[in-house]
Amino acid sequence: MKVVYVNEDWCLGCHLCEYECAFANSGDTDMVRALKDKQIFPRIRVEDGANDVHFAVNCRHCRDALCVKSCIAGALSKTEGGAVVIDREKCVGCFTCVTVCPYGAIMPDSEGKAAQKCALCTDNLMGEPQCVKHCPNRAIVFEDRG
Amino acid sequence: MRYVIIGNSTAATFAIEGIRSVDKEGAITVISAENRPAYGRPLISYYLYGKIPAAKMDYRPASFYGENKVEVLLGARAEKIDPAAKKVTLADGREIFYDKLLVATGSRPFTPPVEGLETVPQKFHFMTMDDALALEKALTPQSRVLVLGAGLIGLKCVEGILHRSGEVTVVDLAPRILPSILDEEGAALVQKQLEEEGVKFALNDSVLRFSQNCAHLKSGKELPFDVLVVAVGVRPNVELVKDAGGEVRRGIVVSNRQETSLPDIYAAGDNCESFDTSAKQNKILAILPNAALQGECAGKNMAGGKGYYLGGTMFNAIGFFGSHIATAGVYEGESYTERTENTYKKLFYQDNVLKGFILINNIERAGIYTSLIRDGTPLDAVDFNLLKHAPGLMAFAGSVRREKLGERRER
Repeated sequence: MKVVYVNEDWCLGCHLCEYECAFANSGDTDMVRALKDKQIFPRIRVEDGANDVHFAVNCRHCRDALCVKSCIAGALSKTEGGAVVIDREKCVGCFTCVTVCPYGAIMPDSEGKAAQKCALCTDNLMGEPQCVKHCPNRAIVFEDRG
Repeated sequence: MRYVIIGNSTAATFAIEGIRSVDKEGAITVISAENRPAYGRPLISYYLYGKIPAAKMDYRPASFYGENKVEVLLGARAEKIDPAAKKVTLADGREIFYDKLLVATGSRPFTPPVEGLETVPQKFHFMTMDDALALEKALTPQSRVLVLGAGLIGLKCVEGILHRSGEVTVVDLAPRILPSILDEEGAALVQKQLEEEGVKFALNDSVLRFSQNCAHLKSGKELPFDVLVVAVGVRPNVELVKDAGGEVRRGIVVSNRQETSLPDIYAAGDNCESFDTSAKQNKILAILPNAALQGECAGKNMAGGKGYYLGGTMFNAIGFFGSHIATAGVYEGESYTERTENTYKKLFYQDNVLKGFILINNIERAGIYTSLIRDGTPLDAVDFNLLKHAPGLMAFAGSVRREKLGERRER
């Protein structure tokens, strides 16, 4: 299946993906209105390290995802295509998934009451992963690597 | 092929999925003592707390049993397994024949032998939805509730019922709350927060005797109450396998393919032992994710596929009134501590591996720590100083980061 992959050699550390992710999932049509003066809670997060190393991390959509096996509510599941998705109506915010994800790629939402994660922009109106679309240096790609 | 599953919670649900990943056609029958489709058992406290309505608690979509061609016998209790005749006898006399059987019977609440317990008019366990509904019915805004047990189940119950009760007091023999997952300092922090919410504690104490609506404590205190919740621990449901001649120690003994010692009989979940990779011994790893992994493994093998469960490590995520706690592994070796007024982090490491952790109110990306424990990652292969302060992938070698972020992951 197609998943978002990241190449740290190309990542500038600009964090634009975080803003595009927050905007894509805000439900708003205006980026300024959606994000200005607000703390953002993107589902993709950039790590910045020494020696100018930067990379973005989001859900790896594992084939045998531990988060799905660990969810006490049955809120996490795999789509037929293989993406890991969350039903936030069912999530009670126990964060067992946060405690088990080896990538640190699932996190409490802005209110801290349920978990949130990347669904490859299938759960918003964007139609394609916006972190990929807006990455200025093609450090983030959407590809089928098995 | 006739597959029969005794029990209908996490292990059973994942076993159904495991079977169907290999065999789309064989008949699957589930024997469920409870009178409802599988639901997230740990959700019962969230239900009472008002975090999730009963209608959202089903563990799988309503179409699950139909799509997977599963016959569920609700309200049916398995009484006996005959491994020679390959049949299960139900309490109502029905006989169910199997080719492959999974015993996913979980555990049951332990009732301590306390004098006078039988005189208590309103007493409850806190394990099933029926328990939660019965407790809900009994509570009034005036109820004085006594909870026996300051463990995971007892305290989640407290969170669920506090706003529905007049007052809630928790009694435990142990000197601190959540002794199975917290150290002294962590427990004190969580206890303080619970006390601020109004929960009362009588720790280092126990009930010597009940007389109807009064608990006589060892310390000499007398605690009057209206409603009693007994949450002092659980016992694995091993009897069906034991009586059929299967090997049982503390829990049912299984192979790394979830096979019991009896032919064509498998076990998975809180009723069986598995290898605790942190404690380095066989234990009952009574946590939901292990039941899921074991159930899936059993299901695959029942259907002729290849599944292995090579052990796991204890981990827990829990929280109360907005707090969040994540813990894993064992608390041995050297430690690293970070403390603020409302947060606590303690990492335990020994022999170049992370052994365990306690995180209170700073749980973000905790899974990275859990994975270090699970994988036994040598700490000299990562930047442990960076990891100590904040879990991140930056601490891994560049080549490892490239694999994690540039290749399709199995898990």
